[in-house]
Amino acid sequence: MLLEVENLNIHFKSDRSKNPIHAVRDLSFSVKQGEMLGVVGESGSGKSITNLALMGLLPDSSLVTAKKAEFNGHNLLSLKDKQWQKIRGREVAMIFQDPMTALNPFLSVQFQMVETIKAHMDISKKDAIDKSIELLSLVGIPSPKDRLKAYPFELSGGMAQRVMIAMAISTNPKLLIADEPTTALDVTIQKQILDLIKMLQERQNMAVVLVTHDLGVVSQYSERLQVMYAGEVVESGPTKDLISHPEHPYTHALLGSRPGALVDNLRRVPKTILPSIPGIVPSFNERPIGCQFSPRCEFVTPECQRSPIPIFESEPAHREYRCIHPIEHVVIK
Amino acid sequence: MNNILEVKNLNKVFEIKKFLKKSLSLKALSDVNFTLGQNVTLGIVGESGCGKSTLAKVLTQLEIETSGEIELLGKKYKDYKPREFHSLIQMVFQDPYQSLNPRKKAFDIIADPLRINTDKSEEEIRELVYSMMKKVGLRAEFAQRYPHHFSGGQRQRLGIARALMLRPRVLILDEPVSALDVSIQAQVLNLLLDLQKEFSLSYIFISHDLSVIQHISDKILVMYLGRIVEYGPRDEIFLNPKHPYTKILLESAPTLTVGKQTKEIPESAKGEIPSALYLPKGCAFSPRCPMVTPECLQAIPELLNKDNRLVACFNA
Repeated sequence: MLLEVENLNIHFKSDRSKNPIHAVRDLSFSVKQGEMLGVVGESGSGKSITNLALMGLLPDSSLVTAKKAEFNGHNLLSLKDKQWQKIRGREVAMIFQDPMTALNPFLSVQFQMVETIKAHMDISKKDAIDKSIELLSLVGIPSPKDRLKAYPFELSGGMAQRVMIAMAISTNPKLLIADEPTTALDVTIQKQILDLIKMLQERQNMAVVLVTHDLGVVSQYSERLQVMYAGEVVESGPTKDLISHPEHPYTHALLGSRPGALVDNLRRVPKTILPSIPGIVPSFNERPIGCQFSPRCEFVTPECQRSPIPIFESEPAHREYRCIHPIEHVVIK
Repeated sequence: MNNILEVKNLNKVFEIKKFLKKSLSLKALSDVNFTLGQNVTLGIVGESGCGKSTLAKVLTQLEIETSGEIELLGKKYKDYKPREFHSLIQMVFQDPYQSLNPRKKAFDIIADPLRINTDKSEEEIRELVYSMMKKVGLRAEFAQRYPHHFSGGQRQRLGIARALMLRPRVLILDEPVSALDVSIQAQVLNLLLDLQKEFSLSYIFISHDLSVIQHISDKILVMYLGRIVEYGPRDEIFLNPKHPYTKILLESAPTLTVGKQTKEIPESAKGEIPSALYLPKGCAFSPRCPMVTPECLQAIPELLNKDNRLVACFNA
């Protein structure tokens, strides 16, 4: 395992409430080398906070505890700032939702790329420039030599995201965290960027954590899928299996509320009422004691609300779900 | 009279002035023609820079057209008085975080259109506001809250309530669900479908999300660099697209098909929408088109009737 996290809990100190806010609860997951893990969740599900924890980028007001948090032989919990600097960007890299705000608008692409490469590698400026050109052509930027001189405002959103990807892979990281990398982009560009990430994953045998709110995106690209809700994993397993047979009512409802007749196995009639999930995600200070999804769940029983729900495993299919009334599927052979 | 809205040869050109240089003209909309019937939703799709938002702005007169004519209920736009015009056509914006005044209470946000455009008494306005809040699914006690107390979905309900206060006939929805989570998105789409029936509304629905467009629209208009490339009934466009650009757009959309993607985008179509400042001489899509022929580089294809839809392509 490249990355192994067991029972990760993230708390934040808050001025408003006495008790710290429990943002991520009991999160356990692992990523193998060269694998793509898809993470799906709505806002407030804790997916971005988990990523920041993996990068060591959480603010001082946070408290991170875990039974185990190991990445590539490092214990992430005991790392000092100096040690983080050696790992961050070199062994694990990250790309963000909005490439325009992630790049410094005052500095040219060349300056930012060379700075990144030189921070991690002991090479001359000239070699760093050559490497930048090589990386830009790898990520599909036409005439990379000229583009190197450009400033971020001269790039389109798709081009800027390609530059971010080029910078992220410049050190051959073992793990790339892509946090909603295509949310700000058009569909045609989105497909190109996702194809690019997939190509790099396979070519460099790099693990990728692809975070998105779009089930369509992860279903096509990731091998395994993890669904998060209100700071917890509610369900995980092989993508294909999970999407065709969701066990958790939240995943089931999320799949059902997708509009469009493009949903497979389901010929939805346009302009009819969509099955929607009532209510909203509970805020940090109003989270229920029992199942987090219980206030919105159509299958809720008193049992669901009594105490936190543990994770159940179904061994043969490598599926995990946090529900005491999973949706039973009739197996058609 | 069947058409609520009729758009004829609409053009919008932005002049970009440069110091000591020749000013450039950007054709944001070129020869746009369409009609909108009662109770009908027209979905507009296209990549950023294709002119969808400019079209929305011109239709609500936030921008004034360079040439062309728009008729609302058989009467030309320029013959309307502002009050009368605004009570017929309203807009809902993409970002519910930026389109609501943070210093106003929900009640005032919804009441303002009535205060500005009608002579109703505060008493009548009160009643109308509360009944509208109920219709869009906002509880009465929310009236005295400020926008920051609301979630994204509730804010969008607030934006929809505000737009409906003057009982318009046409609602322009510019990416109304793009900023919302998937589970909330379905709630808002359902609300829009309900309201359309209740108030006999016509929608112009702009979105980059093709599955949303397919769900809510009756007719589809596909735009590329300021021009309509394909326009017709939803099922014709989605199930049997004719224009190469529409095909590529539909193939790029993420679907819930597990495993390998069904189709590869042709190499030529990769890359991005070029700048509208420097349009090619012929068909604007020709530089990315996999089916390009010499003819395409010479002239701009007309929007012609073919297989129950209008399509602008020599080779369709």
